[in-house]
Amino acid sequence: MSSRIPLPYNPKIIELFRNPKNMGPMKDATITAIAGSPACGDMISLYLKIEKRNNEDVVVNATFESYGCAANIAAASILTEMIKGKSVKEAWMISWRDIADELGGLPVIKYHCSILAVGALRRAIRDYYKKMKVHPDWLPRDLTVEEKQTFEEEKMMEHLRKMRESMVKYK
Amino acid sequence: MSIKDLLREHGKPPKEVYFDLENSGYVPDEVVEAIIPYFNKIGYGHPAITHKLGWEAFEVIDETKKLLARTINASGPEEIVITHSGTEANNLAILGHAIAHREKGGKILVSAIEHLSVIFPAEKAEKLYGFKVQRIPVDEEGFIDPEMFSAYMDKDVSLISIQLVNHEIGTIQNIRELVKIAKEINPEVIFHTDAADAFGRMRIDVKDLGVDMLTISSHKIHGPRGVGALFIKQGTKIEPILYGQLSSEKFWPGVENIPLIAGFRKAIELAFRDFDNNVAKVKRLRDKLMNGIIESVPEVLVNGPIGDKRVVDNANISFLYVEGEAITVEFSLNGIYVSSGSACTSRILEPSHVLLAIGRRHEEAHGSILFKVCRYHSDEDIDYALENIPIAIKRLRKLSPLTPPHLKGD
Ligand SMILES: Cc1ncc(COP(=O)(O)O)c(C=O)c1O
Repeated sequence: MSSRIPLPYNPKIIELFRNPKNMGPMKDATITAIAGSPACGDMISLYLKIEKRNNEDVVVNATFESYGCAANIAAASILTEMIKGKSVKEAWMISWRDIADELGGLPVIKYHCSILAVGALRRAIRDYYKKMKVHPDWLPRDLTVEEKQTFEEEKMMEHLRKMRESMVKYK
Repeated sequence: MSIKDLLREHGKPPKEVYFDLENSGYVPDEVVEAIIPYFNKIGYGHPAITHKLGWEAFEVIDETKKLLARTINASGPEEIVITHSGTEANNLAILGHAIAHREKGGKILVSAIEHLSVIFPAEKAEKLYGFKVQRIPVDEEGFIDPEMFSAYMDKDVSLISIQLVNHEIGTIQNIRELVKIAKEINPEVIFHTDAADAFGRMRIDVKDLGVDMLTISSHKIHGPRGVGALFIKQGTKIEPILYGQLSSEKFWPGVENIPLIAGFRKAIELAFRDFDNNVAKVKRLRDKLMNGIIESVPEVLVNGPIGDKRVVDNANISFLYVEGEAITVEFSLNGIYVSSGSACTSRILEPSHVLLAIGRRHEEAHGSILFKVCRYHSDEDIDYALENIPIAIKRLRKLSPLTPPHLKGD
C-alpha cells in the first residue's frame, strides 16, 4: 500500500459514522448539490428543503448521502444537523473549521472532508438562488475558500483520471 | 483528542478476526516465549564478546542463519545477512548494490508493482548515484510479459528487482524465467527478488530461481516486527548502507537484537513444521473466504489472478460504490480487521500504485480491501467474517449516492 498516516479519530466521528443523522435522499428537496467525485474517493450529496418563514429563507430539512471515509460521513452528517432550522444566510456562514470543531477536531489530512461538506452546502445555496433568480446581498459574488478547494479537488481528480485513462489506452 | 476515548467508543466486538497480516503480523505464544528469555535469562550478552552470555547470543544468530539457508537452499549461513526489517533488506540490496557499482552506473529495472521499500531506494539510487530506473509495466493480473521484459534488458542493466509474490494482489511472478532471460542477455546483471510475501507460503529455492539476492521479513511469517534477512549469493558485490561498530553481522552495525532474532528463528521453525499441510489449510480457508464473499456480496471485483498463480493466503476484493477506509472502520466495529488500498488511508491523495498499475480505475481501487489468511485462522473465523461482511457492505452502500437502487433495498 502507499505510505500511511495514523488517523486517531475523535470518538464523535465514530459515533456519527455508526449512527449517521439525516441520512438518505429527500423526495421533496428544494435543491440538491453534489461535491467531490467517485475518483476522489470522496463525494457528498446534499438535499435541502428551503421554505420562507417570516420573510426569511430557512433550511427546514436537510439530508445527505456520502461516498467516502468515516470522517466524510461524519462531517456530512453533522453538517445536516447544524443547518436544520437555521436561516439560509446563517447556514452559509458555517465554515469548514466550524464543522471540524463540532466533530471535536479532525486529523489534518481529513480537513478536506469538512471542506467538501461546506463546498456541497454552498453549492446548493448558490444553485438555489440561481434557480430563484435572486441574489441576496450577503451572498459573495466570488467563490469562498471552501468552494475553491472543492473545485480544485474535483478538477485535479478529473485530470488524473483522464491522464490514467489515456495511459491505459496507450498500453 | 485522546486515542483512549476513541478506543472506548469503539468497544470490544463480540468476536475478533485479524486479516491485516499484510501490515503487521500476529505473533503466536510459542514465538513470544522464544523471545522473552533472551532479555534477561540467557544470551543477553553481546554476540562478539568472549563470554558465555555472548556465545549464547551468537548461537542465536548462527542458528537462525543456518536454518534460513536450509529453507531457501542457500549454500550456507555465510550467504544470509540478518537485517532490522524487510525494508532494510530491500534498501541494502538496492542501495548497497548501487554504492558498490556507482562508478560504472547503469540501469535499475523494477516492476511497476514493487513494494515501496524497493521503489523508493531505487529512486534514491537514481538521484544519489546516477542510475537510471525503469519501471516495467504489468498486465491486469500483475504479470510481467517475458517478451516485453526482454525488450527492457540490455548490457547496461546493472540491477533488477522484481518480487516473487506481490504483497497486495498475490501475483506469483515467474522469477525463474525472468532470471534466465536477463542473464542470457547480460550475464553480469544482478537479480534481486523481494520474497517477503512468498516465504513460508510456497517452496523457495534460490538456486532453482537463479537469483543473486532475496528478501525475507520476519513479521510476514508470524515472527516479531523489526527483523528481516537478505540472502546474498557468494561473490555478489555489495556495500553496507549503515555504518558503525560491527560485530557478527557485517551489514548490521550496533548490537544485534538477539531476542527478536530468536523469535524470528522460532517463527521459521514453525512455518516449516508441517509445511504442506499448513499451506493447504491456508489455501482452503482463503478460498472459502474469497468465494464466500463473491457469492454473498453483489458487484465486487477480485484484484489479482485466480488459481495457482495466486499466493495461497491473499484475497483482495474491491467492493464497488463504497470507500475502503469507511469499510475498514465498519469492519473494525464488527471485529474484522483489514486494510484498504484507498487514497483515504494514504499520505498522498492517490490510491494504491499496485491497483492502478493493473488498470483499476480510481473508484475501483478506493473500494479495495486486502485480506490475508493464515494457519492460525479457523473455519469459525471465516464463517464469522462471511456473516458480517455482507451486512457491513450493505449498510455503507445504503449511505452512498453511487449505489444503484437495486442494491439499496433490504
Ligand atoms: C513485499 C514486501 N517487501 C518488504 C516489506 C517490508 O518488510 P518490513 O515490514 O519487515 O520492513 C513488506 C512488508 O510490509 C512487503 O510486503
